[in-house]
Amino acid sequence: MHIPLIRRGTLRRVSAWRRHRLAGAAVVLVALTAVGGAYAMVAPNSAEADNSQSDLVDKGHKLFLVGCSSCHGLNGEGVLAGNDEQNYGPSLIGVGAAAVDFQVGTGRMPLAQPGPQAAQKKVVYTDEEIEALAAYVASLAPGPAIPAEQYTDISGISQEDLTRGGEFFRTNCTACHNSVGAGGALPSGRFAPSLDGVEAKHIYEAMLTGPQQMPVFSDAVITPEDKRSIIAYIKSVQEQPDHGGFSLGGFGPVGEGVVVFVVGMAALIGAAIWITSSGVRVGSKRE
Amino acid sequence: MSDEDRPGDELEPRDEHEAEPEPEQEPVPDPGFHEHGPRPTDLDPALELRAERQVSGMFGLATLLGLGFCVAYFAVPEDKTILGFNALNFTLGMTLGGSLLLIGMGAVQWAKRLMIDDDIIEARHAVASSEENRAEALEIVTAGAAESGLGRRTMIRNSMLGALGVLGLPAIVVLRDLGPLPTDESLRTTVWTKGMRVVNDVAGTPIRPEDIELGQLVNGEPSVLVSTGDEAVDEENHVIEGIEQLNAKAKAAVILVRMRPDEVTPPKGREDWGVDGILCFSKICTHVGCPISLWEQQTHNVLCPCHQSTFDLADGGKVTFGPAHRPLPQLQLGVDDEGYLIAMGDFEDQVGPSFPELG
Repeated sequence: MHIPLIRRGTLRRVSAWRRHRLAGAAVVLVALTAVGGAYAMVAPNSAEADNSQSDLVDKGHKLFLVGCSSCHGLNGEGVLAGNDEQNYGPSLIGVGAAAVDFQVGTGRMPLAQPGPQAAQKKVVYTDEEIEALAAYVASLAPGPAIPAEQYTDISGISQEDLTRGGEFFRTNCTACHNSVGAGGALPSGRFAPSLDGVEAKHIYEAMLTGPQQMPVFSDAVITPEDKRSIIAYIKSVQEQPDHGGFSLGGFGPVGEGVVVFVVGMAALIGAAIWITSSGVRVGSKRE
Repeated sequence: MSDEDRPGDELEPRDEHEAEPEPEQEPVPDPGFHEHGPRPTDLDPALELRAERQVSGMFGLATLLGLGFCVAYFAVPEDKTILGFNALNFTLGMTLGGSLLLIGMGAVQWAKRLMIDDDIIEARHAVASSEENRAEALEIVTAGAAESGLGRRTMIRNSMLGALGVLGLPAIVVLRDLGPLPTDESLRTTVWTKGMRVVNDVAGTPIRPEDIELGQLVNGEPSVLVSTGDEAVDEENHVIEGIEQLNAKAKAAVILVRMRPDEVTPPKGREDWGVDGILCFSKICTHVGCPISLWEQQTHNVLCPCHQSTFDLADGGKVTFGPAHRPLPQLQLGVDDEGYLIAMGDFEDQVGPSFPELG
């Protein structure tokens, strides 16, 4: 059974309008209105995001001019100094947000004084300021970004990943940072710092950017998942109880030998003196 | 030369003094024994009682700690910690150690405060045994020699000496285990061959030049030595395993580093051994063969943690410090059809420590 949904007259009328000379213009108008309306629903958000991002970069630029530009140049281009044109402050173009977050977030920057290597100090910028500085430096040129939280959150890591992280750690990190991440000495007053208590994010950023003498370990060669395993391994080693007594920093036989010699010998000498002394006497003058 | 005019005689003028010792003239006068007064505990019964209580207190505490050890052994869980130490080890050590220490301290205190307190002189006795004993010993030896017929039965004596003497030979013969010198070229070659991919150690993934950033260090291995965990890939790479793999790995491990090409001064004939500033060097120190990957990206020096040999990788692996005297061997790099880094052949120089036949 056929039920006509639209009366024939209506259909005929639409068909007639289709050939009207203003029909094309009307369709374009309707389409434009629809697109414009749809854009209006999305546009305010992205415009807001752009604004806040550029606000952040502006804020970062202001902070940079005050705190960083004396060494790194007004536009982060670096400053050359001295006859041999050594870096007074290196160029920050392309170092990315990760480098800023690491250097400023661990208190290495701003540098208090030149030396063999930047020392870890009290962090002088707030988290918001560091974010702004990182946004500004990241805006100079593409560079490594601050790692996503999924790669620095090590909760729920599997035993398999932890073991693999240990293999990567022993292959790539222990040469400088010691088998339990206690750090170690380098030539000319430099050193590989201890990894004890370093935030997961900062460990990741150090691998990614290679601060100072540390080599870079790019995500292409050591994947973000493997970096997460390495961080988890470092943390698990540090959380292990000292089954054998004092670890003495985990520096190995030299440090342990010194302690045994100094403390152990002192205790033995003290005991020997106590055992052989003749004690208090009445009415005698001790030689 | 007669005994009388030996020059050494002039150096013995002290004989006269020793013959007639004059105590007054000694540089340090003999102090003798100091005056031996009584101890407070010898005079005051209250102090004596106190000392007695101290000593028995120490022994009593040692008893409790000894029992405490037994209790802790069963009662303290293995997986708890005290002050960052394993709780079980900590309590067992503290109780047993404390118990032993208190027993010792109690004994010393007892001897010092309460036991009899006289000075006695015990003269040293002669080192040699008495004449009587020595004669007896000699007699036993002579009698033994005579009774066993050692002098008379020369055949037995000589065959016994022969048997004992030959026992020295095995000790000499096994010295051959120090050798033989390898007759093949295994000391001079590694598994690297032309076209073999350099893969990331542990992961086993091949590496493209663009994966390596400026200032990057990669611990690498030849693809035949690292299992990727994927059997098909391993088979394609002809991955070797077991002892053979370990022996090969000890020589073939490499480090890849990327430096700015203008910072690198390649030795003559090695200008094209890198790929865009990526250079590949042996990871085995040329001093005594420690693995080295302690690379400072700004100085380009790689440092051996064992004896501080330092090699400048921007300068052909030249030794800049330390006991090593051969530069770090360099591996020529290339890129294969698929864009991965490959070796262009084996090391030209000797990998690992020097040895006498190296020349």
